[in-house]
Amino acid sequence: MSAVVLADLAYWQVSILRVLGLLAAVLLPAGTIVYLFLFKMMSFMQSRLGPMEAGPYGSMQLLAEVGKWLQKEDLFPNGADRRVFAWAPIVVVASTFIMYTVVPFGPDAWFADIPTGIYFALAVSSVSVIGILMAGWASANKYSLMGGLRSAGQLIAYELPLVLAVLGVVIQAGTMNMQGIVEAQRNGEMFGVGFIGNPYIITQFVGFAVFMIAMQAELTQPPFDMPVAESELVAGYMTEYSGFRFLLFFIGEYATAGAFSAIAAVLFLGGWALPGIGFDADIMNLLGPLVMLTKMMLIVFLVMWFRFTYPRFREDQLQIFAWKYLIPVSLVNIAVTAVLKVAF
Amino acid sequence: MTAISERQQRAYIASQAADMRVNVELETEGMTLNIGPQHPATHGTLRIIVKLDGEQVVAADPVPGYMHRGYEKLTEVRTFPQVNSLINRIDWLGSFANEVPFILAAEQLMDVEAPPRAQWIRTLLFELSRIANVTLFLGDMAVQLGAVTPVFYAFRDREYVLNLIESATGGRFHPNFDRIGGLKDDLPKGWIAETKQVMVKVNAFCDELETLLVGNEIFNLRTRGIGVIPPEVALSYGLSGANLRSSGVDWDNRRDTPVGLVYDKLDWKVWTHPDGDSFARYWVRLQEVREAAKMVIQLCDGLPPGPIMAKVPRIIKVPAGEAWVATENPLGEMGYYVVSKGDLVPFRVKIRSASFNNISIVPWLLRGVYVPDVITILASLYFILGDIDR
Amino acid sequence: MSHLSSTDTDEAGDAAATDELRTGLVEGLVNELQDGVVASHLLPGRDLWVRVTAEAWDAAGRVGRDVLRCSYFCYLSVIDWLPSPFGRSMDSSVDNILEHVAAKDPEPMTHGVTGGETRFQLLARLYDVERHVGVNFKADVPDDTLTMATWTKHFGGANWHEREAFEMFGITFAGHPSLRKLYLPGDFEGYPLRKDFPLLSRMVRPWPGIVDVEGMPGVADDDGGE
Repeated sequence: MSAVVLADLAYWQVSILRVLGLLAAVLLPAGTIVYLFLFKMMSFMQSRLGPMEAGPYGSMQLLAEVGKWLQKEDLFPNGADRRVFAWAPIVVVASTFIMYTVVPFGPDAWFADIPTGIYFALAVSSVSVIGILMAGWASANKYSLMGGLRSAGQLIAYELPLVLAVLGVVIQAGTMNMQGIVEAQRNGEMFGVGFIGNPYIITQFVGFAVFMIAMQAELTQPPFDMPVAESELVAGYMTEYSGFRFLLFFIGEYATAGAFSAIAAVLFLGGWALPGIGFDADIMNLLGPLVMLTKMMLIVFLVMWFRFTYPRFREDQLQIFAWKYLIPVSLVNIAVTAVLKVAF
Repeated sequence: MTAISERQQRAYIASQAADMRVNVELETEGMTLNIGPQHPATHGTLRIIVKLDGEQVVAADPVPGYMHRGYEKLTEVRTFPQVNSLINRIDWLGSFANEVPFILAAEQLMDVEAPPRAQWIRTLLFELSRIANVTLFLGDMAVQLGAVTPVFYAFRDREYVLNLIESATGGRFHPNFDRIGGLKDDLPKGWIAETKQVMVKVNAFCDELETLLVGNEIFNLRTRGIGVIPPEVALSYGLSGANLRSSGVDWDNRRDTPVGLVYDKLDWKVWTHPDGDSFARYWVRLQEVREAAKMVIQLCDGLPPGPIMAKVPRIIKVPAGEAWVATENPLGEMGYYVVSKGDLVPFRVKIRSASFNNISIVPWLLRGVYVPDVITILASLYFILGDIDR
Repeated sequence: MSHLSSTDTDEAGDAAATDELRTGLVEGLVNELQDGVVASHLLPGRDLWVRVTAEAWDAAGRVGRDVLRCSYFCYLSVIDWLPSPFGRSMDSSVDNILEHVAAKDPEPMTHGVTGGETRFQLLARLYDVERHVGVNFKADVPDDTLTMATWTKHFGGANWHEREAFEMFGITFAGHPSLRKLYLPGDFEGYPLRKDFPLLSRMVRPWPGIVDVEGMPGVADDDGGE
């Protein structure tokens, strides 16, 4: 892949551009998700209007909320482990940022082209568990502790189906590089018909379904929101956080939703590529992010739709669901994919 | 060895102490978790001390009283009509239903009977307050289980019912409309037609919830077999209302002892469920809202003309005697044992509220369940704090 | 399944039928408790009161549940028959609290239906959900000990009701598994529902009393029903 635009710039200039790009890539989808889905879609589904006062149709509501959080006092509960308590939200957000680095948004619009990109993304996504455990432990609150422990159990349980679902795609694409997966989907063809490529949602539908369910659980969104269950654990590991640190958790939650949906878009929906436009065309550096954003929003729509509809599992049911259903299904999926890969 | 500064030493001691504290609280013998008095699941100020082993409840001890207002004492220094405005606040979601048994008890002592129209309107408002009360439960149970949407539907459709109650009585939550010997006012013009329209909405709401929740696999998974109460235990603890009927006991004060209300003239059905679990309690209540809507329409159609007040002296002195009247309130059996000594004020009023008995089963019921099920069970028992604490 | 239409006492047949049922209940109690039943009071078609001795209280609960098949525990409470020493009744033109009059000589104590001898009387109600008939049990609490037998071994629901009676009236229940205060803080002193426990709000604010009853000018006939 040729870095045409970036070729003339010095290394530090490229680095600054990438950092700014990463900030935009993390915050813009997160903000869009919060406004579009959390504020508006949820309200419409619940037969109400949602925020209407701040800006046209309440579009500035998010800024108002951020302003509110920034003004709030940074509270530390009595008996909290202050240092761990302070670092926990940063660890959570950091893992989200690192996840974004391997997601390609265009032929040159990527942050780090790692050969084992998808492997790397899934690995760093687990780092947030540490942050959540830190938060749960350091809060010196029993609800937080239970939330943190539930969260750890849940994230570990659903890491497996997530990885196994991805494995099918990797087998089919023959590469772990995210850019390579996009390329494989774009250049692939289904039964000789190749004009829209071969988005793996069709051939890997089981994998997609498993990935979506596991992703819902990784994001601790209902029906898998046991760790934050506000009606029993009073928001779990986030109970004691306020102000800026709560904002970090909040950003982390929705930015992670964006990151996972970006990965899902790359793996199953064909990523940034558009049929009919050359794979290396420079225009795709501008169009690609938009294509990606659209696909991400489609996936987040599904996530949020489930979130607003279903009641939550109890956590033994949640574990049973992962170990007894999701993991066997995804193992079968891998076996079938491998056999078919060899056969064709 | 380098010298440690005093500040470092203090910090070290403090951190050791903090560790000790944490270790003591988290020893493997178990953990005491304080649910409430301010906790989203207790919708009010009920406190439940649960001893946990992991996430399993070993023992639970509810601590009521954070909202105790001493109504039984206060009634002793108020005239009978004044008591009426007080007892509105017991079950604040279905206030009108609180007034009825007390007024009926006073009427029984005075040997007064309300005219038929007043009895019909009483029954009508009684059922409306049941709808206003139980629809909120139907949404709230969902929100306790993590489904955020149904509660908004519940609030939306409950609002129509509250508007009806408000336009008839002048009070949304505390109507204070019932009088000894009848009612304060007649119904406003156009109210009947409006009520019938609202009942269509209530029925639609029930259908909506049935498809959204009752058929949902996760909802079934979370509620079926959770918090099973066998009928004999339910009777021994004095559970009443839907909690008792969902254990398979076919008893409804409305059908079996219709004191002063016109339920015997209506065509309706008492629903029971054999399972006695949280799902049964939800299901029975859902059916009860439907029955209530059905009854309201019949009551609207059959409303007889006539006066709404019987002849009662202006200063009400209730003759000496004792009376017990109980009605089937939204939360269960609510009764008043009124002792009068021929004064303006009652000598003693024992308020038997449904939630008090319904919650007293909690220590028995919560043994061995998981923390998420604590919330399910509490939500499905459906209590109003004012009804426990009085 | 018999339907008790309690307000229609003039329906002779209905009343007689329920009368029979309730008379049967009294007979059953007398058979089991012998001298334990002191008095009974029957309002045909309405309700039934039975007063038992303090010694027979425990047995009354058992018999009520097992023999009379009244397995539904409705409530348990206490009546303090002492007339209020504060003259709060609105018949009195003088409010003793307001006028800072020392507690006047108590009026003679009068008891309600089925009579009574002591100041405190236990009151409990059991109900049969199949025949739709209930019994109000009463028992005199001995003045010297203020101790009664517990019903918790017969009815689980009696636990909280007895705790309430304990903190509100100071009645002790022998054999109760954990007789602690239910509503009040642990270090609360006094028994609020006793008649001689002053209601503080009445002490600090004058009693509006009869003024409210007379109605505001102009709306005199609002709820008069003339």
